[in-house]
Amino acid sequence: MSVSKRQRARIVRGVQYGVLVVAVVVFALVADWHQLRMAFFDVEVAKALFPEIITTALVNTVLYTLLGFGFGLALGLVLALMRLSSVPPYRWIAVTYIEFFRGIPCLLVFIALGFGVPLAFEVALDMNVTVMLSLGLVGAAYMAETIRAGIQAVPKGQTEAARSLGMSHGRAMVSIVIPQAFRIVLPPLTNELILLTKDSSLVYLLGLSLTQFELANFGRDALNEHKSLTPILIAGLLYLVITLPLGQLVRRLEARTAKAR
Amino acid sequence: MTAETTAPGTADPKAIEVAGLRKSFGELEVLRGIDFSVARGEVVCVIGPSGSGKSTLLRCVNLLEEPSAGRVTVAGTEVTDPDVDIDRVRRRIGMVFQAFNLFPHLNALDNLTIAQRRVLGRDRAEAERIGRANLERVGLSDKAAAYPAQLSGGQQQRVAIARALSMDPELMLFDEPTSALDPELVGDVLAVMRALAQDGMTMLVVTHEMSFAREVADRVVFMDGGVIVEEGTPEQVVGAPQHERTRTFLARVLDPAAAEVGEVVDSGAAGKRVDR
Repeated sequence: MSVSKRQRARIVRGVQYGVLVVAVVVFALVADWHQLRMAFFDVEVAKALFPEIITTALVNTVLYTLLGFGFGLALGLVLALMRLSSVPPYRWIAVTYIEFFRGIPCLLVFIALGFGVPLAFEVALDMNVTVMLSLGLVGAAYMAETIRAGIQAVPKGQTEAARSLGMSHGRAMVSIVIPQAFRIVLPPLTNELILLTKDSSLVYLLGLSLTQFELANFGRDALNEHKSLTPILIAGLLYLVITLPLGQLVRRLEARTAKAR
Repeated sequence: MTAETTAPGTADPKAIEVAGLRKSFGELEVLRGIDFSVARGEVVCVIGPSGSGKSTLLRCVNLLEEPSAGRVTVAGTEVTDPDVDIDRVRRRIGMVFQAFNLFPHLNALDNLTIAQRRVLGRDRAEAERIGRANLERVGLSDKAAAYPAQLSGGQQQRVAIARALSMDPELMLFDEPTSALDPELVGDVLAVMRALAQDGMTMLVVTHEMSFAREVADRVVFMDGGVIVEEGTPEQVVGAPQHERTRTFLARVLDPAAAEVGEVVDSGAAGKRVDR
């Protein structure tokens, strides 16, 4: 009996579907649905989380992220310009900074700023400032490289046209090159924002008061109280409420950039 | 400040003076001693094979390329003098590029106003008035709000010319302005340039458009191998070239098929076979 190539492919695919169906059926029969529902989605527990999980936790997550992103973006732009400077020491400083902060965990920076600096210098940093610096210092290293690539991706003819109109180097950068560079790097910068949103959960290290709770910490706290995974699930879903639209935005921006070329 | 006190037509009669100009890129010497000048109101076309250094010569005039040796003087200001503020000189020299180089993040009118406002310090209303007048001059007054990506190549190049004109330049440099255009779009750009020449603009044009050079140029310069081989009126240089190199080049440009009949037919046939 000879089986053609196409028939064989169909048989292989059929077997794959079969395995999947069997696995799903077995899981559905074996699983304790009641317990799973109570563990992951207890309606009573879920109800108890609102509205604080939105009004405090979600708001704080967004706040911490934006603080870190804003500071990181400004510092990243400065680092990118230093990286492209014609003065070598500026380049060395920028490269060293970028390599250092890209290579160490964000967690370590939180510990350093949250505990190390107050101990060593005997100053108490404001919570928001600590978060802004910790997230921003690390984010800036990534964003600097992204922005540098964006600036270099602007065609040389743009600078030449600007200079031929009598613009100084600085003016050409500010009015012509940087605006175009930011359009190019908008998608990767939005990705960076998504990463920072998740990294903002590291603030739990700093020891937060109730009003300072963000999503991850809020979920963990509620877990102790309710002995249910529901708070974790809902906190996770709320992260998606932030990150999924951003991901959608990235795809839109990328499509727009592709069309403009 | 001193750069701007030289009013047109008063002091030096030459718009551009180039003396002993040399330019090397590493080992490669692209310009090997160029001496030439352009008078005010004159239209000079530079022709020559690719790699002859004609674009480099043009780019040395506004210092987009730094000359290796020699002197370049524009309207009485020596641009190769290290003490000269080149930004001040450049604003008096309009430049049009082969690749247009419009600013893609700005619409046509903003392309025309940004340097007026940021460099000349004109207020928005005045800059826009001048910008609109120049868009009309190149026949694109209805495209003020269009972004470069929405314009055809020919329209983009006309906006680029209007952008240069909005700075009220004393002279204009054109670096192969029609080479990147589809053939049917070349005419509109050349018409704008012809009108500009008739208005008395000083123009230095690197071009492959022989008919334009013949009709519009006061003088044609033929370059090859980094030197000026011959120059003169279009009748002299294009009509009755004295040098063998000029003749060879013109034969190739004016009638490409005649120069390489065998090759062209062969490669054409081969190309078709590959396509199918």
